[in-house]
Amino acid sequence: MSAGGSFVTLRRVVAATVIVLLALVPVIASAIGEPYYVTLFTRILILALAAVGLNLILGYGGLVSFGHAMYVGIGAYSVGILSHYGIGNGWVHLAAALLVGGLVGVVIGFICLRTSGMAFIMITLAFAQMLYFLAISLKTFGGDDGLTISARSDFGLFSLRSNVALYYAAFAVLMATLAALARLVHSRFGMVIRGGRSNERRMAALGFPMLRYKLTAYVISALVCVVAGVLLANLTKFAAPSYMAWQASGDLIVMIVLGGMGTVLGPVVGALALIVIEEILTAWTTHWMIVLGPVIVLIVLTAKKGIYGYIVERDARRQSP
Amino acid sequence: MTTGLFFVQALNGLQLGILLFLLAAGLTLVFGIMNFVNLAHGSLYMMGAYFGAATFNATGSFVLAAIVAVPATMLLGVVVERVALIRLYHRDHLDQVLATFGLILFFNELVRIVWGPGAQFMSPPEALSGSVEFAGLRYPAYRFAIIAVGLAVAAGLYVLIHRTRVGMLIRAGATHPDVVAALGVNVRRLNTLVFGLGAGLAGLAGVMAGPILAVQPGMGEPILILTLVVIVTGGIGSIRGAFYGALIVGTVDTIGRAFLPTILREFLERSLAQAAGPAIASMLIYVLMAVVLAIRPQGLFPVRNA
Repeated sequence: MSAGGSFVTLRRVVAATVIVLLALVPVIASAIGEPYYVTLFTRILILALAAVGLNLILGYGGLVSFGHAMYVGIGAYSVGILSHYGIGNGWVHLAAALLVGGLVGVVIGFICLRTSGMAFIMITLAFAQMLYFLAISLKTFGGDDGLTISARSDFGLFSLRSNVALYYAAFAVLMATLAALARLVHSRFGMVIRGGRSNERRMAALGFPMLRYKLTAYVISALVCVVAGVLLANLTKFAAPSYMAWQASGDLIVMIVLGGMGTVLGPVVGALALIVIEEILTAWTTHWMIVLGPVIVLIVLTAKKGIYGYIVERDARRQSP
Repeated sequence: MTTGLFFVQALNGLQLGILLFLLAAGLTLVFGIMNFVNLAHGSLYMMGAYFGAATFNATGSFVLAAIVAVPATMLLGVVVERVALIRLYHRDHLDQVLATFGLILFFNELVRIVWGPGAQFMSPPEALSGSVEFAGLRYPAYRFAIIAVGLAVAAGLYVLIHRTRVGMLIRAGATHPDVVAALGVNVRRLNTLVFGLGAGLAGLAGVMAGPILAVQPGMGEPILILTLVVIVTGGIGSIRGAFYGALIVGTVDTIGRAFLPTILREFLERSLAQAAGPAIASMLIYVLMAVVLAIRPQGLFPVRNA
């Protein structure tokens, strides 16, 4: 119907609709008198942010990290532990979280990236588990029960005290990250990472020090998850080992695959879809996992491109007949 | 006293290592021959334990429980393989990981629906309920039995893989699957056989762990993670690596948890040691894995490829 190369593609329409609807969530929620939706969608935005971060290495770099929830946990515990000692400044929280997350990311990333394929999946999972058990053994910081946070981070210039403010903070961070990621994946750096996914040996032969590139991408994606963790701790006023549980890492991967690997907006669509599916199933039965499990299997078996990935591919087909 | 305690903890470590080996052997075989990663292996272990506990609660006989649980788990494994996993062999690892992740959620919820969220109990057979005494030490007979059964299985696996025709095909299938198929071997059946064997071993581990660990939903995941550490440390795809890796991980974990807090107390302030001891002990095997990988990314005992 539309001419090849049209500016109004289905992809752009979907992307614009998703973003506009997300921007309007607090307005709609207050209009229909369901303030709970603000909290729910803040959680969706935060998980989407973490999935967007993971997508940089998983979707674009082909590095399947099954342990990225540990960076969400590092972000959350940075807020929790600092608040525990009476430090409420949000900038300090953020700086500490990024510093610790970056250091952990460099060390663990360096070890993990020595391996590839299956071993990489297993090792990232094992390291995340290590941090999970570390959090459980820290009795001073709540151990198994988690750590309650008395107040949200204080960012000085703006306050996160109201739920709507926190929502728009998460929204702004997500949009900024998406914009940065869209530029990054089309930059030279992004091309090297994507080249490494399709043929790492050739990239190395072309003279690119691939370990350095992959490690940089790994740390960037870890830092995005750390920021998501800081936001998550602010949303729940709680830091728990379960944020780092391996199911949480699995959920992030499901979001990416469901939405569309290696697309900028895919993980956001995937996070929306997964949490909405979960909400519907939870309302329907307490044993919702028995439905979700097979649903995940079916998604893997049938929808290889993911929801948004399918749309992107459809547009690409139409544009080049 | 301390040497005695050390000895007992070493045996506990050996016993954990044996359980880990039973799981790691199946997982690494499936990975080696089918290039497939099955995170739901821990779920098969859990199902084995539940099959055992259900039979035990119905009949009161541990022997019967073991006789039912192992073939039942094997059958379950074969069904799961034929229904879902067979479609994933030619997919990339990400799809395999995700699909088996979905299976874990399914099985955990399934046992919660059928048997409830609480733990099921099993007691060891009458003949093994006492303890064995040697060199002035007492050690539960049942745990000795686990060690003995595990070592027997390891020996049996060695014979199966290195001395029989099926074992030859398994080894050949791991390195040259296309050639094996071209020579007229039914690779599909071979895959199912290997998968069933792995599931059976997981079921055996589950039913043997029943009396000493809590049989509850989600019991498969912690041990699955340990099994992954074993496989990565030992070398992916290698049975030998799985055996030594399991013994190393089992021993280091148990000894570390038992003695590290005490050892740290010698060097650190008491309160600090009390806090740091368990934390470091729980991280010990992961640090071990990291050190091994930093030095030998292929693992300690990699498969020797021709």
